[in-house]
Amino acid sequence: MDHATTHDDGHAHDAPHHEELGFWRKYIFSTDHKVIGIQYGLTSLIFLFFGFSLMMLMRWQLAYPGQPLPYIGWMFSHSMPGGVMTPDFYNALGAMHGTIMVFLGIVPLAFGAFGNYVVPLQIGAPDMAFPKLNAISYWAYLAGGLIMLISFFVPGGAANAGWTAYPPLSVITTPIDPKLIINALDSSSLGFLKSIGEWLHHSPFFGGVAAVASKCWNGQSLWLIGMILLITSSLLGSVNFIVTIIQLRCPGMTWMRLPFFCWAQLVTAFLLLLAFPPLEAAGVMQLMDRVAGTSFFLPEGLNVSYAGANVVAGYTRAGGGSPLLWQHLFWFLGHPEVYVLILPGLGIICEVITNNTRKPIWGYRSLVYSTLTIGFLSFTVWAHHMYLTGMGTKISAFFQTTTMMISIPSVIILTAYFISLWGGSIRFTTPMMFAMAFLPMFGIGGLTGLPLGFNASDIHLHDTYYVIAHFHYVVAPGTIFAMFAGIYYWYPKATGRMLNEKLGHLHFWGSLITLNGIFFPMFIQGMAGVSRRLFDGGTQYLHAEPVLHWNEFISISAWGLGIFQIPFIINFFWSIWKGRPVANDNPWDATTMEWQTPTPPPHGNFLVPPVVKRGPYEYSVPGEAKDYTPQNQ
Amino acid sequence: MEIPYTVSARKDTGLYNGKLGIWLFLASEVMLFGALFSSYILIRVLHPGWTKEHLNVPLGLFNTAVLIASSVTIVLAWASLMLKKYNKFRMYLAITILCGATFMIVKSFEYREKFTHGHWPSFNNFYALYFTLTGLHALHVLCGMAVMTYLLFFGRKMWEKQPQRLANRIEVTGLFWHFVDLVWIFLFPILYLL
Repeated sequence: MDHATTHDDGHAHDAPHHEELGFWRKYIFSTDHKVIGIQYGLTSLIFLFFGFSLMMLMRWQLAYPGQPLPYIGWMFSHSMPGGVMTPDFYNALGAMHGTIMVFLGIVPLAFGAFGNYVVPLQIGAPDMAFPKLNAISYWAYLAGGLIMLISFFVPGGAANAGWTAYPPLSVITTPIDPKLIINALDSSSLGFLKSIGEWLHHSPFFGGVAAVASKCWNGQSLWLIGMILLITSSLLGSVNFIVTIIQLRCPGMTWMRLPFFCWAQLVTAFLLLLAFPPLEAAGVMQLMDRVAGTSFFLPEGLNVSYAGANVVAGYTRAGGGSPLLWQHLFWFLGHPEVYVLILPGLGIICEVITNNTRKPIWGYRSLVYSTLTIGFLSFTVWAHHMYLTGMGTKISAFFQTTTMMISIPSVIILTAYFISLWGGSIRFTTPMMFAMAFLPMFGIGGLTGLPLGFNASDIHLHDTYYVIAHFHYVVAPGTIFAMFAGIYYWYPKATGRMLNEKLGHLHFWGSLITLNGIFFPMFIQGMAGVSRRLFDGGTQYLHAEPVLHWNEFISISAWGLGIFQIPFIINFFWSIWKGRPVANDNPWDATTMEWQTPTPPPHGNFLVPPVVKRGPYEYSVPGEAKDYTPQNQ
Repeated sequence: MEIPYTVSARKDTGLYNGKLGIWLFLASEVMLFGALFSSYILIRVLHPGWTKEHLNVPLGLFNTAVLIASSVTIVLAWASLMLKKYNKFRMYLAITILCGATFMIVKSFEYREKFTHGHWPSFNNFYALYFTLTGLHALHVLCGMAVMTYLLFFGRKMWEKQPQRLANRIEVTGLFWHFVDLVWIFLFPILYLL
């Protein structure tokens, strides 16, 4: 163990250019990539649990439609009168669950947190290329997230047109007429509110401003504003990541010596860079439709005359727009986004598997080229989400072909991971448990996607619970398990203490069983034709009847999954102070550069400028005294 | 702690960090405006009732000339810095900012004229696209002007300590400014002429 060094604290304080920063500069408004990574991580974990809680609420309504929610139902006095969920609230929960999990949970965790913390360390860089920009992208993300949260409390509640926000529905749901706010202020019993109301009434300019403001002050508009902030955040982040990986690799870190995790982050950053702007454009256009009264996504002769609780009719619109345009722009982001969700996870799994099998990853180059191929092809598959829109069989055939093509590199990656297990002396640590469960779970998720990629079978399966099950197998026991693997794996580097293995195994087995309990029955329901987004879980449909008894089982599994996160939460906070301290800077005997720094790494990371001399995964090199050879030795 | 390649170029890539960063940022901007231009094409082609409204071509042409002139002056500003002529740099940068301001003033007169005739974005999809596209472009002009104004008044300290770094900043700003100019060169024909 001659290379397993421990750097003591006194040493770190002698590092050149070290300056003492106050609490606020050091932990809150920091420009250090590691602090920003941890900020991203904690914020996104909170959002993940919040988004999951929305789903736990929805599962009550699906399991026991129309029955009052016991114990906690009183907390939602407006949206659940008497504890019974209103359809609008159910729709808002569904839309916000998708949005929060994808844009506020997984992307910031996979890209913002792990990318920020690990990438500069792995490439031997002192920090990100643009540290201030890095901080700005975190704060833009937080602002976007807070706007999403605020939208639950505005009149009419949060966005309820689905996480995909398809127009015309998303444009016409305007929960409040601008005049209503002014009138409400006018009739207020509080003097100063009344005078504001009167002032707005009589001042045409401020009346106009108030009208625009009140058109923004509703769930869907706030959703759009929040999305624009989130997109800006990931845009700045992706520029920063690409520049960092290209420019700040330390001497000797050639492209083929780059850890696969960094490759995955690089491709992810390119996807974010090029796929998000069209959604930003679409978001601006939908906001124009809602606030300025344009008709980008509204066809001619659209007649909205029903007086639903959330719809104010009576707009005269010019028309002449195209609802399909939104779908194209949305899914042009939406499909690369799927790979944004999975690629960082695949990167983490690679690091964990090589480390815990004690042998090099099988087929490093094929992993790299497959990832690059995925990145390129992911821009050509978006319309497989739109087979049922009537865009024509020729276009469908094109997208069907590209969709089948993109499954090939994904299968190559998964196969390389499976072969890597062969002949390894596996350490069954908690991160490895999650990584090994990831392989079959992601496999199920990927393979069940093929029938959705074919035009003919998709007609039957489209918009059923089958889609939900497929997607969640990829993202929940897929990506989120990879995220857990990453947390258990890198936690010792960030805190200097190990997470508890017993609680980790409890967390793992509980999550694995309950996740399958949630999503496997959904395949059965979906193939029977049960549609997603049904407020009552499908009780009104005769064809759904034979499979509806699964609803209760799924819901109980979902609540079980919630309970099995408690060991993780306890473990996470308990271990910060009470966990077993790491014996040295490289507790897992790993080869990559992040383990060659002090624990936790100081501002500036490396005590001496690192030089890389070998590839990333040189485990069990014949003739070496120990079974790992770090990259700088 | 010093981040490498903030001023000098990395040997194997031939770029300093900021220059690579701005090119990547411009790539995403191409996708942003690309999506908007595609929407323009789709809405115009799919909708038989599309009407081409009249815009003030001479004013638009004047603005095009102003922006192209400003693209030249920002290059001259950068060249002056490389030739170590700080005062000349300040003059050219000030001219560039003035050109941007001229563009915005002319644009606001054009907007005002449309508003007084009741041609709001909601009037029809031509105006919707016109205001969205030019509005987003104007936002870019304003951002560029803000950055240049900052460098004009607060650049001296950096000029005394790290002259090459200031020149790099002007180069990066110039690349962005050229892009803003280029977007207008596409916007002018599709909105005013075609």
